[in-house]
Amino acid sequence: MLEKALSGSTRYRAWVGGLLLVILVGVGFYVRQFNEGLGITGMSRDVTWGFYIAQFTFLVGVAASAVMLVIPYYLHHYKAFGKITILGEFLAIGAVTMCLLFILADLGQPMRAMNVILHPTPNSVLFWDMVVLNGYLFLNLLVGWTTLTAEKKGLPSPKWIKPFIYLSVPWAVSIHTVTAFLYAGLPGRGFWLTAVMAPRFLTSAFAAGPALLILLALLVRKLTKFDPGKEQIQTLGTIVAYALPLNLFLLACEVFTVFYSNIPDHKLHFQYLYFGLHGHNALVPWMWTSVALAVGAVVLLVNPGTRRNETLLAWACGMTFVATWIDKGLGMISGGFVPNPLEEITEYWPTLPEALIALGIWAIGALIVTVLYKVAVAVREQELA
Amino acid sequence: MSTGEGKGMDRRGFLRLAGLGALSAAAVPAGWDLLKPGAALAAGAGAPVAGRRYAMVVDARTGCPDGCRDCIGACNTTHNIPTFADEPDPRRHELKWIWQTSFHSAFPGNEQEFAREDLESKQVTVLCNHCQNPPCVRVCPTKATYQRPDGIVMMDFHRCIGCRFCMAGCPYGSRSFNWRDPWPRNAATGEPAKLPNPEYPTRMRGVVEKCTFCSERLDRGLQPACVEACKEKLLVFGDLHDAGSGVRALLKEHYTIRRKANLGTQPQVYYVIGA
Repeated sequence: MLEKALSGSTRYRAWVGGLLLVILVGVGFYVRQFNEGLGITGMSRDVTWGFYIAQFTFLVGVAASAVMLVIPYYLHHYKAFGKITILGEFLAIGAVTMCLLFILADLGQPMRAMNVILHPTPNSVLFWDMVVLNGYLFLNLLVGWTTLTAEKKGLPSPKWIKPFIYLSVPWAVSIHTVTAFLYAGLPGRGFWLTAVMAPRFLTSAFAAGPALLILLALLVRKLTKFDPGKEQIQTLGTIVAYALPLNLFLLACEVFTVFYSNIPDHKLHFQYLYFGLHGHNALVPWMWTSVALAVGAVVLLVNPGTRRNETLLAWACGMTFVATWIDKGLGMISGGFVPNPLEEITEYWPTLPEALIALGIWAIGALIVTVLYKVAVAVREQELA
Repeated sequence: MSTGEGKGMDRRGFLRLAGLGALSAAAVPAGWDLLKPGAALAAGAGAPVAGRRYAMVVDARTGCPDGCRDCIGACNTTHNIPTFADEPDPRRHELKWIWQTSFHSAFPGNEQEFAREDLESKQVTVLCNHCQNPPCVRVCPTKATYQRPDGIVMMDFHRCIGCRFCMAGCPYGSRSFNWRDPWPRNAATGEPAKLPNPEYPTRMRGVVEKCTFCSERLDRGLQPACVEACKEKLLVFGDLHDAGSGVRALLKEHYTIRRKANLGTQPQVYYVIGA
């Protein structure tokens, strides 16, 4: 089926060519990082995880969100999602691949990555994250490819795939829960030491993922003969309309606990992120932008009138995606490290090589999603013909 | 809280000594650190000794003499720790095993409005606490960070993948990462830089490192380099399970505090703060 990705319009080839160029630049800078070390990034002794791990954390959410299509379709027999479940699964493949690449890019000794498998260490959450991420990638490849192949032949999906589909539901929850546990179980990191970390990760995932999916579905409708469907897009919009306010509610729960308890080392991180601390305030405008975008998106989403308007819905989804990206892709990780456990402040901002390597990985993800969507859409167009 | 634990420790230490018989108790009358621990350790051929629990007491009452960095210098030289002084911001990539920080940073949350005035300006020597319950060991995905039977938290440079999870896990900021080549080769000749201590293996970029209580020196019967270098004898190192050790004597005599003891990591570096 992959051969369907090899031919396409001029616009398609230009897009793929552009992505390959961005990937090439990213690879070039990665070679430099490989030779010189992570010193070319903005990370430091105090802020030891930066942009790479933040992108990984955000994208785990995008990957997990495929479950928001699988559950209604397979568990509640919501037939309308049959048309687009494959789009969710293929998006998950792209997102998990990016996650794994971001982890690899963050390693100081990438050649030794296999040590995690050669010396399995069940007491480390990172070991379990490796297990669940690779498992989820495998599940989505298997389920996506098998169902699409059956569809291409005009046959129903084989029966043996059902258990894997059901397994993918708790597995999707596990990838984001385990990722949250990477942070939530560390002593002395007040910002991350919260029991709502995993729930908050899931709500932001179920907002950001479907929001991106809506934007992709609108794009697919615009660029191809395949229409993911008005009802489908509206149902996804409803999911975002529930998930995003829940995410903000959980943020409010954290703010209450931290500020009402008045414990300094838990408050400092929030103060740094939203108000600045001792004159350090690199993230303050970003965090308030995130809040403003999220609140604006909630207004557009919960109001049925605006949600039903596809143009406004697209805007709301864009705002949701950017708001959650800032929250997790910038604030979540930096905020946990600043101030450091000795209450000293070292600020972090990614360097240009670091940003370009990250952009290259995003481009790899976009390329994977493009190619897989091209295949899926080609199969659908063949049905229409 | 530290007194309660101290009692438990005493009892355990006592029972152990009783179990070993009068020999060990009698052979170390005034603190085995005076006799050099190696005398006992040499028989073990350098292996960590189960039953020992190494600890350090930092006597921070008078504070270090102005500008004295003897312990830090000795540690840096012994372990080939580079300084990156040529970088625009030497702090960003710096490697620290033992260093001095403000009282506030060493003991965040312990500040008091009307406390002794000298406390605020006091510099406190800090290093890896070799926690009995080390979070860094718990989170390491490859066992590159591990704990010896004698309590020393060790780092295997060759096993480390450089994920830096241990650095997120450590609540004391006691770990460093090699963001760049620790000892770059000479650009003209391609020769590796000459190490201050050729006996100590150097590390490569991309791995985490930390204080090891000079395990390699202990195994040769020597005291940690920082302890040896301190002219004021403000650092005291020894075995907590040895009732006659210098650390036990100081713990018995003074009220000591530990950094962030409320986290349950059981730090094994104790501080004598007040007179």
